[in-house]
Amino acid sequence: MAEDKTKIQEDTRKILVKWKTKRGSLIMALHEIQGAFGYVPWDAMEVVAEELKIPMAQIYSVLTFYNYFKLTAPGKVVISICDGTACHIKGGQSVIEAFEKELGVPAGTTTEDGLFYIQIVRCLGCCGLAPVVVVNGKTYGRVTPLDAPKIVAEWRETMAKEGV
Amino acid sequence: MVELSQEQIEKLKALGRTQKENLIKLGEEFKEKVKNYKASIYTCNATSCHSGGAASVLDAFRESLTAAGLEADVRVVCTGCMGLCASGPLARVEIKGKKAVLYQHVTPDMARVIVSEHVVPALKTEGEVKTSDYLKKQELSLDLPFFTKQRKIVLRLLGHSDPEDLGEYIANGGYQGLMKALTMKPEEVLEIIKKSGLRGRGGGGFPTGTKWEMLSKSPLVDGEKFMICNGDEGDPGAYMDSCILGGGSHAVLEGMMIGAYATGATSGWFYIRAEYPLAIQRMELAIKQAKRYGILGRNIFGTDFNFMADIRYGAGAFVCGEETALMSSVEGKRGTPRPRPPFPTQKGLFDKPTAINNVETLANVGPIMVNGPEWFSEVGTATSKGTKVFAITGKVKHSGLVEVPMGTTVGEMVNDIGGGTSSGKPFKAVQTGGPSGGVIPASELHMPLCYEELKKIGSMMGSGGMIVMDQDDSMVEIAKFYLGFTVDESCGKCAPCRIGGYQMLQLMKKIADGKGTKADVAKIKEIGNAMKKASLCGLGQTAPNPVLSTMKFFKNEYDALLIDGNEPDEENTEKQVKACNINTKK
Repeated sequence: MAEDKTKIQEDTRKILVKWKTKRGSLIMALHEIQGAFGYVPWDAMEVVAEELKIPMAQIYSVLTFYNYFKLTAPGKVVISICDGTACHIKGGQSVIEAFEKELGVPAGTTTEDGLFYIQIVRCLGCCGLAPVVVVNGKTYGRVTPLDAPKIVAEWRETMAKEGV
Repeated sequence: MVELSQEQIEKLKALGRTQKENLIKLGEEFKEKVKNYKASIYTCNATSCHSGGAASVLDAFRESLTAAGLEADVRVVCTGCMGLCASGPLARVEIKGKKAVLYQHVTPDMARVIVSEHVVPALKTEGEVKTSDYLKKQELSLDLPFFTKQRKIVLRLLGHSDPEDLGEYIANGGYQGLMKALTMKPEEVLEIIKKSGLRGRGGGGFPTGTKWEMLSKSPLVDGEKFMICNGDEGDPGAYMDSCILGGGSHAVLEGMMIGAYATGATSGWFYIRAEYPLAIQRMELAIKQAKRYGILGRNIFGTDFNFMADIRYGAGAFVCGEETALMSSVEGKRGTPRPRPPFPTQKGLFDKPTAINNVETLANVGPIMVNGPEWFSEVGTATSKGTKVFAITGKVKHSGLVEVPMGTTVGEMVNDIGGGTSSGKPFKAVQTGGPSGGVIPASELHMPLCYEELKKIGSMMGSGGMIVMDQDDSMVEIAKFYLGFTVDESCGKCAPCRIGGYQMLQLMKKIADGKGTKADVAKIKEIGNAMKKASLCGLGQTAPNPVLSTMKFFKNEYDALLIDGNEPDEENTEKQVKACNINTKK
């Protein structure tokens, strides 16, 4: 893990170069860090504190305030299920339950093998396709609970092909 | 900004004048370029159609046109939102001299058929083109009330142009509003906006001209004053701002710049949800293009006006749509609101005077400058001028993005534009204003959509989300859903919202589970009224709306779930509410 830490901190330092001189840039810097690592690692936070001269406590408070930021690494396949109003009234809740049942973990968590992560999101802006599920950037529209096992199987296969 | 010598400024002004000429030339070049095309295929690539596979449809169009040797004759345009999202991906074929044809649910295979059966024969043979029944079935009439009942100002170019082509925007009158404004005095520009009657489209409906006048009166602090564009569209089920930013980013930038000129603001910020990657990408591109062509920068178009703009991402906090919370978030802090006054126009972002305007509001400004305030105020009602963009979704046939004159009735929206319920079952209610709004029941179909009427009925305009519900939807369930959302999103700073919302939700759950009583309903009303009066910001003040409004219009649904629902009402409900009002009066 020691190597990881060095790498994370080095990369973070590079990201911060352009944000150091701008005011109020903490959230933007954190966005870029999450973009690079998939989440905001503790090791990166230490560098942010040092470079932007912001106390760790404040960084942590900002990270935990906003839903968008993750403090732990998500699974390799991120299943985002929309529970915005349009999706909700078209059966979004039953889709969430179907995925939870299929993967055996509640939303907001990663499966034990570290492969799947389920998250509930509020509106993806394509209400015409409700209910909507997005898996690693691929959108599935008008999803029914019966689609959940199919979508999971499809991604298991994709990941197996990629050797994950 | 760095101080410059008079000589340097003169040089910059000369450059600005050249840049203005270049910009006009860019528009001319675009017109020249498209003159040679014999046909155009517009393919919607906004979020909804894109998710439905529009990118591969575009590829299929391009490939088959190349195969037919028509790539130089037909322009394939990747556009912003065309509106009828439920039928996406959408593609519109325009052959010169012929009526446009709109196709729905286009797939790559269908795109190839459209080229071979429609485009190729139309360009290579004389007379009428007969397409197969297969294609006929996929045609969507442009005479549908969905299209004819709309009046487009903000969405004018969406679906009709390439949002990434600055030349096309210029050719369509883009930045004309800014150029015109820069020939006037700032106070004259303010007067035009005031006279137009434009009001904030984010929900509150505050007159834009008045807000700008307040900012113009605030002196610069450390040489700075700001404009912020609020693109933190958190209302679940609404995506107007996402589409306006994604399909018309230059129009929003232009509106902001006109505002900056009128108020003396020195720089601007676009605050956009991180969940809207396309909107962010298009805004980034617009800023880049604007810098390159001297629209942003120093001595813009050879005048004394200087302006710069930047983007900040939201991070998934609904409360950040509230202006003081938004500013805190732009500063890189937790998005918690603070009491007003001082108003942002006095002490805003980084403690400097700031005006915060919604995306749609800003997109209206350019056209108002070009066409005049009377042109704008002719549309709409006595107090709500112009048009409003709505995202009509839920159980409605034609779910999508529409722009209608203010004062359009709920019935016209649901039945004509929306085409009735998608299930064919009776329409029950429509929710406007999202988690801050309330329901409009079927009995109020004649109600005109404008700020005052919506407020009167216990809802609000909101940013323009409109969720249609049919008889199968439980109003108690939907109210509980919204309340769950606001409780989740409460920032926790003030007690009425943090504690009130939570307690209210517990009672709502109890009722939904069939364990509630009339006393619980009374308690909910009591808490709700206290929250409305005592919460710090709009989130808490409006959070009880969905519950209170469903209780008002669908009391029978609540009663049916209550243990003592069949018993006659006691009068204490009213009394309790009254007592509560007295206790919480400020």
